[in-house]
Amino acid sequence: MSGAERVIYMDNNATTMVAPEVLAAMLPYFSELYGNPSSMHNFGGQVGRAVRAAREQIAALINAEPEEIIFTSCGTESDSTAILAALQAQPGKRHIVTTRVEHPAVKNLCRGLDTLTGHKHRVTELPVESDGTLDLQRYEDSLEDETAIVSVMWANNETGVIFPIEEMAKIARNRGILFHTDAVQAVGKIPIDLSAVPVDFLSLSGHKLHAPKGIGVLYVRKRTPFVPFLIGGHQEHGRRGGTENVASIIGLGKACELATRHITKENTTVRALRDKLEKGLLEKIPNSLLNGHKTQRLPNTANVSFEYVEGEAILLHMDRFGICASSGSACTSGSLEPSHVLRAMGVPFTAAHGSIRFSLSVYNNEDEVDFVLTKMPGIIANLREMSPFWQGK
Amino acid sequence: MWEYSDKVKEHFLNPRNVGEIENPDGVGEVGSLSCGDALKLTFKLDEAKQKIIDAKFKTFGCASAIASSSALTEMIKGLDLEEAARITNEDIADYLGSLPKEKMHCSVMGREALEAAIANYRGVALPMAEGELVCECFGVTDLEIKRAVEESNLRTVEEVTNFTKAGGGCGKCQERIQELINEVRKTGKPKIIPMSGPKRLTNIQKIKLIEDVFEREVRPTLKKDGGDVELLDVDGDFVIVSLRGSCASCAKSQTTLKEYIEKKLREQVLDTLIVEESRL
Repeated sequence: MSGAERVIYMDNNATTMVAPEVLAAMLPYFSELYGNPSSMHNFGGQVGRAVRAAREQIAALINAEPEEIIFTSCGTESDSTAILAALQAQPGKRHIVTTRVEHPAVKNLCRGLDTLTGHKHRVTELPVESDGTLDLQRYEDSLEDETAIVSVMWANNETGVIFPIEEMAKIARNRGILFHTDAVQAVGKIPIDLSAVPVDFLSLSGHKLHAPKGIGVLYVRKRTPFVPFLIGGHQEHGRRGGTENVASIIGLGKACELATRHITKENTTVRALRDKLEKGLLEKIPNSLLNGHKTQRLPNTANVSFEYVEGEAILLHMDRFGICASSGSACTSGSLEPSHVLRAMGVPFTAAHGSIRFSLSVYNNEDEVDFVLTKMPGIIANLREMSPFWQGK
Repeated sequence: MWEYSDKVKEHFLNPRNVGEIENPDGVGEVGSLSCGDALKLTFKLDEAKQKIIDAKFKTFGCASAIASSSALTEMIKGLDLEEAARITNEDIADYLGSLPKEKMHCSVMGREALEAAIANYRGVALPMAEGELVCECFGVTDLEIKRAVEESNLRTVEEVTNFTKAGGGCGKCQERIQELINEVRKTGKPKIIPMSGPKRLTNIQKIKLIEDVFEREVRPTLKKDGGDVELLDVDGDFVIVSLRGSCASCAKSQTTLKEYIEKKLREQVLDTLIVEESRL
């Protein structure tokens, strides 16, 4: 539907642009450097060395050891691998603690475990407060001797709300319970130091931090019990079979190096742009409200609801101006119900259907934010004019 | 991203007939905020009360809901009520080129609003709202599901969800939906009370609708006071009843007859009905 001359991309929690430096680093591995990193000859060996360097770049971003990095195909594979490994490694334990606002990669896996494994599991999905945060006491109370693993996202993809993973992982550690965090949205946006945060597993995904789609990482802390998900060759020390996706691994390494450099910018420049956008929207548009905790949030994400209008219609009007964002509305997802995250937070239907998520990156600038701020009030007013619920407001 | 036809995009971006007609002849409101889409349709008839001369809409919903509403208002202008009443959701979808299958419920919402508006003008009750509530999430009854299955030749639960939304929430009712599909496909035509105006209500249909109102509302109310009512006959607009129990001897029986029973029937069946007590 877009006939816009330029694209203003504010949907970076969905996926990101591959950074030019990342693409440049990858290209030789599609052409002249096609060797197999496992080969004995130097032609392959040089590729093996490049993979090793990438592994070090990735480990550096999260302050982990290179041998704790397992390459996977995506965040979803990392999530599945971690949770299934924990269950298989502890056959007597069949209880899982997670939250109501997890990404489908965790939520649907946990809900489908009985069918998948043929064993009965109990899953505790922790509720969230209206600002999207968790009650720590409730979390602590949910842990049992039978709990095999806790799986809680580091930051929420829809609202950007950050969970206190350090504290939560420590509590689990004290109880001898394995802890997994889906950090797909957090890595590269906020500093992560795994020497201080005792998680056992962490998932990350390349395409959320300016690497390509199709590459993910599962961090597995040393000495954590592990069972592979993909069984095959000796790659990844036998923890994940399959010939390495070399070019993407190199790309992810480069992207992590860039993220290490950009992390300050994410939390200053990007945050300031996000704040300007958010404040502007809330001021200029009546009956708009912020979803999620005001400060305990990723610096790039603003989830704003515009009451009495529907998200898909908003997005398609934005699209005419080349503005890209997402919505938690039912109509955009192919399901008929609005976002499970917003519903878990108790966001009323008047607002949930009209929620728009803006997610920025270091490639956005103030001109773009200003442009969005000039266009949004008209779009919302136009749709409200048409809405039977807006009368007399 | 949905693949919308050019006509859907065009009607979404430049919707026709947005707004509300003042002093409309018919008003139809369907959907709700919680369902994610809602439509308020108003129309105006010509002096002779034959043809629709103007129609406007207000819609809360996605692009296809807005486009379906806009299309609907264009389609019904100039039609007489009988013609308008025959418009199906498929007609709306065809007018727009096509709709993604997951969005067919938007065209169904258009048809439902039109039916509601015509029923509102005619002062009759909509039969679809009655029946057993199957989908609690979206408030869809068995009659609505059966009708969609029959009219659009639906075969799977997923198709029913696409057309009516039923089963698209918690999913608890999906088994029941499958049963309804089986029922309709086995027996052929579902038994559905046709949407019709005063001219087309046969005596049998009137009796059926009156009995329904009696069973559902009137008799339970009267029984609270130890009374009861029985339908004896329907002759044109005359509804002959017999009051029973305490009503029979009640000094206020004429008030009950006119102020309560007649009023209910006029609201829900036909606004020309006259209720009389049997003199036998």
